[in-house]
Amino acid sequence: MSGMATPSTAVHGGAGTPRHRAEEVPRSERGPAPPRVVVTYGFWLYLLSDIVMFAAFFATYAVLRTHVADGPDGRALFDRSKVLLETGCLLLSSYSCALFSLAIDRKARLASYAMGGLTLLLGGAFLALELSEFASLLAQGAGPQRSAFLSAFFALVGLHGLHVAVGMAWLVVLLLQIATLGFTPRTVRRLLCFSLFWHALDIVWIGVFTIVYLGAFS
Amino acid sequence: MSLLGKLSWSALPLGQPIALAAGAMVVLTALSVLALVTWKGWWPVLWRDWITSVDHKRIGVMYVVLALVMLLRGFVDALMMRSQLALAAAGAPGFLPPEHYNQIFSAHGTIMVFFVSMTFMVGLMNFVVPLQIGARDMAFPVLNSVSFWLTAAGVLLMNLSLVVGEFARTGWLVYPPLSELAFSPQVGVDYYLWALQIAGVGTLLSGINLTTTILKLRARGMGYSRMPIFCWTALASNLLIIAAFPILTATFAMLLLDRYLGFHFFTNELGGNAMMYVNLIWAWGHPEVYILILPAFGVFSEVIATFAGKPLFGYRSMAIATMAICLLSFMVWLHHFFTMGASADVNGFFGVMTMIIAVPTGVKVFNWLFTLYGGTIRFSVPLLWSLGFMVTFVIGGMTGVLLAIPPVDFQVHNSLFLVAHFHNVIIGGVLFGAFAGYNHWFPKAFGFTLHEGWGRASFGCWVVGFYLAFMPLYLLGLMGATRRMQHYDERGWQPLMVVAWVGAVVILAGIACTIVQLVVSIRTRDRRRDRTGDPWNGRTLEWSVASPPPAWNFDSPVVVNGRDAFWTVKNGQEPEVVDASFATTAAAAPSPGRAGHGDGADAGDPAAGARPEPSVTVPPPSAVGVVIAFFAVAFGFGMVWHIGWLALAGGLGIVATVLRFSWLEREEIVVAPEALARSAMARPAPGGAA
Repeated sequence: MSGMATPSTAVHGGAGTPRHRAEEVPRSERGPAPPRVVVTYGFWLYLLSDIVMFAAFFATYAVLRTHVADGPDGRALFDRSKVLLETGCLLLSSYSCALFSLAIDRKARLASYAMGGLTLLLGGAFLALELSEFASLLAQGAGPQRSAFLSAFFALVGLHGLHVAVGMAWLVVLLLQIATLGFTPRTVRRLLCFSLFWHALDIVWIGVFTIVYLGAFS
Repeated sequence: MSLLGKLSWSALPLGQPIALAAGAMVVLTALSVLALVTWKGWWPVLWRDWITSVDHKRIGVMYVVLALVMLLRGFVDALMMRSQLALAAAGAPGFLPPEHYNQIFSAHGTIMVFFVSMTFMVGLMNFVVPLQIGARDMAFPVLNSVSFWLTAAGVLLMNLSLVVGEFARTGWLVYPPLSELAFSPQVGVDYYLWALQIAGVGTLLSGINLTTTILKLRARGMGYSRMPIFCWTALASNLLIIAAFPILTATFAMLLLDRYLGFHFFTNELGGNAMMYVNLIWAWGHPEVYILILPAFGVFSEVIATFAGKPLFGYRSMAIATMAICLLSFMVWLHHFFTMGASADVNGFFGVMTMIIAVPTGVKVFNWLFTLYGGTIRFSVPLLWSLGFMVTFVIGGMTGVLLAIPPVDFQVHNSLFLVAHFHNVIIGGVLFGAFAGYNHWFPKAFGFTLHEGWGRASFGCWVVGFYLAFMPLYLLGLMGATRRMQHYDERGWQPLMVVAWVGAVVILAGIACTIVQLVVSIRTRDRRRDRTGDPWNGRTLEWSVASPPPAWNFDSPVVVNGRDAFWTVKNGQEPEVVDASFATTAAAAPSPGRAGHGDGADAGDPAAGARPEPSVTVPPPSAVGVVIAFFAVAFGFGMVWHIGWLALAGGLGIVATVLRFSWLEREEIVVAPEALARSAMARPAPGGAA
């Protein structure tokens, strides 16, 4: 183990030879990434998997769309103006979520609460509209047990709604963590993940709006 | 609905002697293990060092132990089936009634795929990958523990079905409409679905964890073209997990909605479509096959290069072939049901795609052959498994190409020919790979080598037993024997059935040899200590540290400047890939900012890895994984038996555990300098094993 050139020190990061500029090192050789990158990268992978799950439900809906079993189809059931309002709420909540992220970057407590609260409010409005749509369908006897088409509809739209509900619960937890723990690196990383999650739900909803609701009238 | 849902005393198999004996054996084994641990006073050590450990090496070991235990259970199922079929011919009833036989073949498939092959491979990847890329641990160590314990929760639920209630009678993929409530009103299918949903979440999290680890935590200098091939195959396998397992979750969720809430995804009435289930399940299922086999390919690549004493032939083509298989594996799912009634064009497309996937696999086989060619070959146990694999797997691959031809498939689908084919590739590929990896990395994990003689005996029995057990099934399948039959009226088939039974008994001897090998090795461990850390004259970074490695893996940040990082360094050669602009600069270059990683904008985080760390830290142990798994079992059991309050309590327990954990401020444990010094002393001298 003597001398700086022994092989083992070279493997384990011994003293090196020529100085070099970091820019010349290829990206893939620059060593482990900092925690913020690692955490958000892992979360991106989770989002990817989540979108694959939605893809399975979208595919199922596409197959079963016409399997109405002599029951009502989408054209007869969907209320486009209500869905447009729903969409507006969710898209606006994405905007308020972006403002929320900016407030977190500045570590501005009050603005964070305000924008987080606004996001919650808009998400809640979206969910309320969705639930009222579900309730009116059930009242018409068009529940998920009525036909394969309605099974696929309730599962796909309901899965998205479930994500929104979980996202809102998560946001409440994060706001409580800002209040109790402050803007620690861990909470800030979590808030970053939350905003990714929320925006991803928006993208999925655009798919739902286009394929389920607009598709029914094509 | 009563307080206990559908659960009553009739759930215990009191009237069925064989099932009762099996259940009693499981309960007795579990109780005696618990009693032994209590009597020996091992609980504190077990709790502190294993159950709550977040160390990737210990979690990897626990995965492998779980897989070996489940291998025993899955194999007992296999032995019972082979015995039944050897006896039940031409009117003889055998000893297993049909409804029990159906549960056994369903459980056998489920266990062997999910809880043996999958669990073993995830265990090997857990143990090896961070060491090979020069990382201290996984990207998310606590999540890793959660993944393991969720898998264990699935295993527990699966085994509970042996004692309380029953398992699915539908085959290992629970095809509807048979698995719908109308035709399977009992709890068997529910056990299957909940056990796999819970274990599946664990697998998905583990896939995310390993992918992030490989892509974001590689040591300085370890570019993609310098990663060991095992890491490449692990990357491909985990990308497949991320892309395929959500489909499984979605599909099972739909079947659960059908069974619990009266939806009509796959029912016969009101527009349901059972073939959609089959499409969805194989959109997961075919990638799953490659999730299993790719890490095994990685094991063989490491083993063959090491025991031939040569760099792997065609490194780049190996990496490209791996990623090609990763991609192609999503384009062949329909070959599992050519008889669905799709058009000839559709069947033709999937047949051709299936044949194409044999091309990158062939590339790999030739690369392994050329690696062996001209090498100084040591015929140690891991290499024997690899050679056995190459012959056996090529045969299985060729019968696979036969099955890829739709008209041929119409003749032999759902026959014993198919059964022989997939056992040929899964035993000859995945299981041989698992045993090669087990023998190869055991000394790294425990600090002593396994007994060679018993290892050879185990290999010999497995190979001979495999051919005896499955070659007859090819013949029987060609003669028209349909699979999943509890008896056959054709007396002429009995001799081949008996040969297959003899094969199963020889495999039993192989398993016994594996157990003896372990016991003998532990008893003689003082004579077989690996003090160098490098018992095989290895090539990759895991052999550069002590056996077993310290909890923090590497005493100082690793810097790599070539492929086969350890080999080139210890032999004083120039690295195969020389990058003149980049030498070992970990200590010398405190260059700020962009040295850390591409995303240098993180002002808050000091660029990790760019400068020597002031101290070595390890994450503290965490009980969150085992606590979540406890509640997951309660949740699953409650759902299976429709015990509402139990399911609710389990669900709330999981949420409460996660919340509690998210409020904890956990400090990393700083490793004492003395421990570091001891570890440095234990570090192998370079070339010591040569």
